[in-house]
Amino acid sequence: MTTPAVHLDHATVTRGGRTIWSDVSVQIPRGEFVAVLGPNGVGKSTLLQVVLGLLPVTSGRVEVLGQPVGRANKRIGYLPQRRAFDPATPVRGVDVVRLGLDGDRWGIPVPFAGRFTESGRARNARVREVIELVGASGYAERPIGQCSGGEQQRLLIAQALVREPELLLLDEPLDSLDVTNQASVSGLIQQVCRSLDVAVMLVAHDVNPILPYLDQVLYLAHGGALMGPPIEVITADTLSMLYGTAIDVLQDRTGRLVVVGQPDATAAHGHH
Amino acid sequence: MDVHLSWNLVNDLRQLLEFHFMVNALRAGTIVAIVAGAIGYVMVIRRQSFAGHTLALVGFPGAAGAVWLGLDASIGFFGFCIAAAVLLGLAPAGGSGQQSAAIGIVQSFGLACGLLFVSLYHGFLSGLNNLLFGTIVGVTDRQVLVLLIAGVVALVALAALGRPLLFTSIDEAAARSRGVPTRLVGIAFLVLLGVAAAGASQVTGSLLVFSLLVAPAATAVRLTARPVVGLVLSVAIALVVTWLGESAAYFSSYPIGFWVTTFAFGLFLLANGYRAVVK
Repeated sequence: MTTPAVHLDHATVTRGGRTIWSDVSVQIPRGEFVAVLGPNGVGKSTLLQVVLGLLPVTSGRVEVLGQPVGRANKRIGYLPQRRAFDPATPVRGVDVVRLGLDGDRWGIPVPFAGRFTESGRARNARVREVIELVGASGYAERPIGQCSGGEQQRLLIAQALVREPELLLLDEPLDSLDVTNQASVSGLIQQVCRSLDVAVMLVAHDVNPILPYLDQVLYLAHGGALMGPPIEVITADTLSMLYGTAIDVLQDRTGRLVVVGQPDATAAHGHH
Repeated sequence: MDVHLSWNLVNDLRQLLEFHFMVNALRAGTIVAIVAGAIGYVMVIRRQSFAGHTLALVGFPGAAGAVWLGLDASIGFFGFCIAAAVLLGLAPAGGSGQQSAAIGIVQSFGLACGLLFVSLYHGFLSGLNNLLFGTIVGVTDRQVLVLLIAGVVALVALAALGRPLLFTSIDEAAARSRGVPTRLVGIAFLVLLGVAAAGASQVTGSLLVFSLLVAPAATAVRLTARPVVGLVLSVAIALVVTWLGESAAYFSSYPIGFWVTTFAFGLFLLANGYRAVVK
């Protein structure tokens, strides 16, 4: 039996004397697409920091990819929360992806290694391959600041994927995107998750655009956590309890769920 | 000294290299342009121009103080710039408005101290101009040697920081998650910036350091989005404006700082024009 990608066992985290969440026990299975949801300030990004070992737990145990937390970081791809690149950022998309491959190696690359050495050619090929995988070949040579928000996210996902991770941590990658791009990037993440057997933890603000692509949802709220398949967890009663406010869950003709009244969701997703 | 521009390239070059002081000025300028062009390029990518400006200004009281105490000006430039870089690097990060206000206050206090040292050291009035706006006369052999050693060390260190520095500069959180010691890299780069600012100060003067540290890099950034090409271009532009500026200062009665800054600004405008036309 394979170990889960992430295993939190009665984990508690405090930051600056404040308990962010306590006694959280969850398992993220390998190869599944899990959304991390919950109200603002509840510690969603903190959870990713804990999984990366950047923030220690004050009690409990954390295992990542079958190893104690922090040991397996080479097998994790991480996309931090960020605003868009400044339009004047003078590097190309392909450079940004490349840094995911060798940006932690000291020194400068050997000039023309990509033309004359085996390993140099292999690295160039890997960068090209992953750019193709996310569908960014058309704009990878452009300065990254001049790519659209959706294009930048695809390139950053390529950066996180370039070392063939087994676990992908994405911190609000959809936040700055319009609805169409939110759907297409979610679709890309699901495709990556399926075809490469990568477990994905995606922190999101609004569940609606990603719902069709998810395997499980992990709600953080009121200091604790609740995880399960969307159809079980996303009910009016559960969400109202978690957020402490009235929330409705509607189902359309095709069986798709829509969450209404969630305080953090954007207005575009409807009021009644 | 009787020199005049003959518009005969060979003859002009011969005139240019006739005096030892000018050979030294060209040597110093060449070293400083290479270092400032390369480090300035990374500084522009990191958006640390304000820090670079601060370090350059802090060099002035250092140099003035050193002269007052009977030491080499270059000791003061390097000592103060590097010390200030370490302090700036250790200061709590965040880049808040409060922090830049504090840096601004320290800047003006530094200028004031420099002025004090200059007046304490009587008979140094032309020295004030030289420290603030640069000069081509009076670069000693020893100064050239110090610049060369500092420059080589700085460039080797820049190459060693290499990829992690670029990664940290454009995507700090991602770099940290990959195990890059981003804070350490940031402090190390500030020290390199201090070295570059101290070196450039000795050619263009403290106030006009930006003509070598920022203008070539900002010009290069407008012309290419390839990091390696950009860095090489930045160095090339810094070299061209330095050589042109020093030659112009030699054949005219106007100071080097003015010429280097003017050529650098001219190229910057041309690059902006090129971008406006192409885009």
